[in-house]
Amino acid sequence: MSDFFSTLLDEFPQVRAGLWVTLEATVLGSLLALLLSFVLGLMAGSKLLPVRGVSRVVVEFFRGTSLYIQLFWLYYAMPQLTGYELTPLLCGIVAFGLNYGAYGAEIVRGAIKSVPRAQYEAAVALNMTPFHRMRKVIMPQAWVQMIPSFTNLLIQLLKATPLLWLISAADLMTAVEHIRSRTGETLTAYLLLLAAYFVLAYALTLLMNLLERAAKRRLGLHTGAGSLLKSRTAESAATAGGAR
Amino acid sequence: MATDSAPLKEPADSVPATGTTGVEPLVRFDKVVKRYGDHVVLDELDFTVRRGEHVTLIGPSGSGKTTILRLLMTLEKVSAGVIWVDGSPLSHTRRPDGSLRPAGEKQLRESRKKIGMVFQQFNLFPNMKVLQNITEAPVNVLGMEREEAETRARELLDLVGLSGKVDAHPSQLSGGQQQRVAIARALAMRPEILLLDEVTSALDPELVAGVLELLGDIARNTDITMLCVTHEMNFARDVSEKVLMFDAGRVVESGTPEKIFTDPDHARTREFLNAVL
Amino acid sequence: MNQSFNWDAVGDSFPLLLEGFRVTLLATVLGTLVAAVLGLAIAVAGRAPSRLVTVPVKAVMEFVRATPLLVQLVGAAAVFTSVEPLTIGIVVLGIHYATYTSEVYRAGIDGVPKGQWEACRALSLSPRRTWQAVILPQAVRNVLPALGNYAISMFKETPFLAVITVQEMVFEARKYGTDHFAYTEVFTLAGLIFLVASYPTSLLMRKLEKRLGH
Repeated sequence: MSDFFSTLLDEFPQVRAGLWVTLEATVLGSLLALLLSFVLGLMAGSKLLPVRGVSRVVVEFFRGTSLYIQLFWLYYAMPQLTGYELTPLLCGIVAFGLNYGAYGAEIVRGAIKSVPRAQYEAAVALNMTPFHRMRKVIMPQAWVQMIPSFTNLLIQLLKATPLLWLISAADLMTAVEHIRSRTGETLTAYLLLLAAYFVLAYALTLLMNLLERAAKRRLGLHTGAGSLLKSRTAESAATAGGAR
Repeated sequence: MATDSAPLKEPADSVPATGTTGVEPLVRFDKVVKRYGDHVVLDELDFTVRRGEHVTLIGPSGSGKTTILRLLMTLEKVSAGVIWVDGSPLSHTRRPDGSLRPAGEKQLRESRKKIGMVFQQFNLFPNMKVLQNITEAPVNVLGMEREEAETRARELLDLVGLSGKVDAHPSQLSGGQQQRVAIARALAMRPEILLLDEVTSALDPELVAGVLELLGDIARNTDITMLCVTHEMNFARDVSEKVLMFDAGRVVESGTPEKIFTDPDHARTREFLNAVL
Repeated sequence: MNQSFNWDAVGDSFPLLLEGFRVTLLATVLGTLVAAVLGLAIAVAGRAPSRLVTVPVKAVMEFVRATPLLVQLVGAAAVFTSVEPLTIGIVVLGIHYATYTSEVYRAGIDGVPKGQWEACRALSLSPRRTWQAVILPQAVRNVLPALGNYAISMFKETPFLAVITVQEMVFEARKYGTDHFAYTEVFTLAGLIFLVASYPTSLLMRKLEKRLGH
């Protein structure tokens, strides 16, 4: 046991670097996913059939073909096919972005649809342009609806980052794996790793709950501080019909 | 006053005739049909509203009253026929040969400039405070200076008796207060025509009188043309000069409130009034 | 490096991938079964009268749900070295997803009107009878689409099992890819097989959802 922790101390710079890679992949991957969610989600609400169609096909494709395959495709197949190679971390970011962006598009589409039609009508009655209606009336209300589902998606994305280990991207898992193989302290290593991801997941949940509270406050809805600590992973996963 | 329910029959040359004769009505429904699938809501409806007139639409629910307002606000499309506002087709564009085709978004926005609407459920924007609810469109649609828009919004809030609620969220207001804000919001756009769609139906009974009183004031003190759908017969009597009785997508009869309420011509009107009064 | 798509490799690897796909399906079906049964047990345990039961159950669930499946798999395989990898895969998948399905059941149980519980008490039904004859039949009816959706999610996460040397489809794909240097072909093919299998299933679930009026 003490062997494990002394090795951990020795290798602390690698572990810290690994943690940094994990965070980088999580943050950049989810930013790309967020961008794609909005692009594809807004396209899904277009009046034009071809625009809707493109969004539908892209979403179904990236939801249907397993994140794992997408990551491996980018890492192994793309260099072979195109001669162009992404760094492992970039492979991860792109794969996470595409896959979770496709799920996020459904969240955006659903949230926009959930804003009462009366709000749209009131905006029409005030002669707002379609863009103005979306930006100032529909989207701010839809956004509040999206946050819990996005929280869920963010945690899912974080939980997918150990895949980076498989494409040798030197993430947190890679670093701890290394210590495990050096010390042979299997149980300690994995429990510690799980605990680390658990802490990260809770920290992200807390941040997202703060964001949600701020967004709700803008709608004049006040929530107690107790809700901040609430884990959102489960309830929204259930309501999103397994939108993972 | 009951005479102008007779439709004018020359849609092709209805270039604004305002000023010269004063006969061109502000709003004219010309054989307007509205269908949802097989269900006919409005059946070749003809009626007119003169500038400055306050018209109340009454009739059993499902008779198409609200649809008329929604068509005027371009929230719905006509199935057939043409609505004329101030001599121009509301939701149609003239082709070079003079015939009409459905209008695009750009022209619809042009048409909406003259018209404002207050809804049964208020429909305030929950993501904006009271003041911004009122200033949002004047600033971003009319291009008014923010300062000017805010000054005017405060005046309007004063008018509707809510000067203390400038910074409140809509969710913090009672239904009656929300509806007053909604009225102020509509007035801030300086509409020529104000559509009121059962504006008191969603309110608690004790809040109705205040809102009706406010609307009465607006009717008396402005030259805004008003079309109201309401179940408040007292309001129809006190505020409007003309009452249109609807049934099954058609105007059964129209006339002054005194005439309609005391001596209606049609049995259908008498039945309806007996049921609601 | 830049070479064109090799159709021969596609044809060549297809039977191997299908062979692996059988394992993928087996893991999905059994994993879903574990998740469905265990999830129900967790949901019922979450309703236990004693906090000595509910608090630990909730804590473990939160932990399992918030931590990566891959780490759980690799960790379990490394700790239980004597157990067959496929068994470990099915059990870990099942447990991980049970933390999600239990929420589905919980929502279903919460959806049963309070009056139903009171009626059971009024008739002095035993707790066992109450659950078996009254609550669960009402609670479980509407959870089917959600369970189906989780089954689809699990299906798409079965490639994780390749990491603990379960010879499912992606394991075979990777092996063939390495041996023949044909990654493009096998991963494209594997991806399409996933798409072809999961898309119609998810359409079916959507239909079911509509039928049940969600």
